[in-house]
Amino acid sequence: MIFNLPLVAVVALVIIGLATIVLKKNLIKIFLGIVVLESAVNIFLVALGYREGGIAPIYTYAPAGTMVLPTPQALTLTSIVIGVATTALLLSFATVIWKKYGSIEVGFLRRLKE
Amino acid sequence: MTTSFLVEHAPALMVIVPLVAAFISPLTQRFAPAVRSLLVGGALALTSALALLLASDVFAHGTRIYVFGAQAASLAVPADSGGIPIRIIFAVDPMSALMLVISAVSALAVVLYSLAAERRHSGLGSFYTLFLLMVTGILGMVSTGDIFNFFVFLEILSIASAGLIAFRVDGGVAVEAAIKYFVLSTIGALAILIAIGIYYGEYNALNMALIAQRMQFTLLDQLALVLIVAALAMKCGAVPMHFWTPDAYSMAPSSITALLVVASQASLYGLFRVAFTLYGITLNAACVGWLIIILGVLSMVVGVTMAIPQKNVKRLMAYHAISQTGYMLLGVGVGLAVLGNQPLLDTFGYMAMEGGIFHIINHAMYKGLLFLTAGAIFYRIGTYDLNRMGGLGHSMKWTMVFFIIGALAIAGIPPFNGFASKLMIYESVFAFNPILSVIAMVVSILTLASFVKVFHSIFMGPVLPEFRDVREVPAPMLAGMGILATIVIAFGLFPSTVVDCLIAPAAHALADQGTYIAAVLAGGA
Repeated sequence: MIFNLPLVAVVALVIIGLATIVLKKNLIKIFLGIVVLESAVNIFLVALGYREGGIAPIYTYAPAGTMVLPTPQALTLTSIVIGVATTALLLSFATVIWKKYGSIEVGFLRRLKE
Repeated sequence: MTTSFLVEHAPALMVIVPLVAAFISPLTQRFAPAVRSLLVGGALALTSALALLLASDVFAHGTRIYVFGAQAASLAVPADSGGIPIRIIFAVDPMSALMLVISAVSALAVVLYSLAAERRHSGLGSFYTLFLLMVTGILGMVSTGDIFNFFVFLEILSIASAGLIAFRVDGGVAVEAAIKYFVLSTIGALAILIAIGIYYGEYNALNMALIAQRMQFTLLDQLALVLIVAALAMKCGAVPMHFWTPDAYSMAPSSITALLVVASQASLYGLFRVAFTLYGITLNAACVGWLIIILGVLSMVVGVTMAIPQKNVKRLMAYHAISQTGYMLLGVGVGLAVLGNQPLLDTFGYMAMEGGIFHIINHAMYKGLLFLTAGAIFYRIGTYDLNRMGGLGHSMKWTMVFFIIGALAIAGIPPFNGFASKLMIYESVFAFNPILSVIAMVVSILTLASFVKVFHSIFMGPVLPEFRDVREVPAPMLAGMGILATIVIAFGLFPSTVVDCLIAPAAHALADQGTYIAAVLAGGA
């Protein structure tokens, strides 16, 4: 049961992230919702690879015993890097919107509607 | 010797060439813009040549496997790995090869156009970096055989596209469109990542062939399927997840819009690859098939009805793009619905899939052409507003000819390529369910009506005083449009040759899950 806790956290974070994206009106808060969602997915990946009592998968001088799976950690690392790029681009969009519109409230993003 | 080397390493080179050129582009921009143009054009010409070389090899000798970090493709599954392909594998079967050729050739045509059209703008070094990264993402998505790798290329594509949509800030409006696109893409990509995590947790594998072989179709697999289908249907702009499409397509520079169309086809490829190869006959094909058919019909009808009242020519074309995506979903969805029922598949299933896949290639060509003509008009008169245009047929004759070719092709008028693929879809879908076929024809008529109106308001009528000095666009832009127009006509004149040589092998490769799995796990056919 205790090992299901990370998965419970994942579900909670997904719900918090999606709720933030849908309900908040401030662009920065919406982008923070995306970051929370990304963290949820990363925790999910790492939790998948965890083995009870496992050690880090480094073979040099490794004691006998179970190791955690290395692949999900590699996936998570890639996903974190992509997440950084995504967040940086989103924030740069927010700065442009701030400069051009003088506000980062979603309500002001209406000029496209014709 | 050189040719065999190139063919052997073509799957990797196709991604490496644009990727390396992307990061050299800003450096060469510092020396001379001409060098940069040469580099970008040369890189894409090389990529197209490699794509054609690889495709001819794949169509002649079957699926080609490229294993990164191994000396030979036969090492796809190392002896000591317990039957798991641990390395990243590119698997190019006829379907992937077809998509590679479409993407590379359209990218070449678009870059020729864009080198002339964007000449007057600043920041071109980074513009072409993002452009080439987008091409890298598309080519990687359609050739990879590893599902996590698919996610990485999807993200490369999304980030580069978002940057390009926002490239002309345009008082912030373009950034607004980019935010819509990028927030949705990121959420979609995260949904795909959760699905990948589910597959890894269940089957200990990231390789699509191995997952497909071990597929149990449990409740978790169904959840993963829902996440992936929803995310990729959103990326290809199917109704009801289409609302980013008109904004992004209308605000991006026209050359980028043409490339975004190709990008949406790559997402469509991902959708089909997951449905057919990853799940295949294990899924409840009729149910998922109908789901895709319903998405397709909704896209067709909603797209065309929203297109008719538009005043902005690019928004109008974007809604038509949604509507045309519906045809592909309809055709391939019918194929999926009868998967596993061999007699029905032989009578009309394969034909419906061929029609759908043929429509993908045709749509990439004529829709790209139409967006490029819209860009050409904007290049000269500086507006997309249909109410302010008129009489341009007197001065922009070639653009008008290309527009007519594109418009007749999208409306499905013979002898253009849109007719060939739509006829296949009508015939086969009629055998499946006549009502769907009738809807498809009505949508086609509405498309024609809409484009007749657009043609009339742009090109017909007397010369307007404010457009008296308008001239034809520069030759490289015409050349870019010319490549696409030639393909549109050639495919329309010889549809049976194209279908027999290219489309039918692709459709059969897509439907035949067993051969794909065997080819990848054995290290190539």
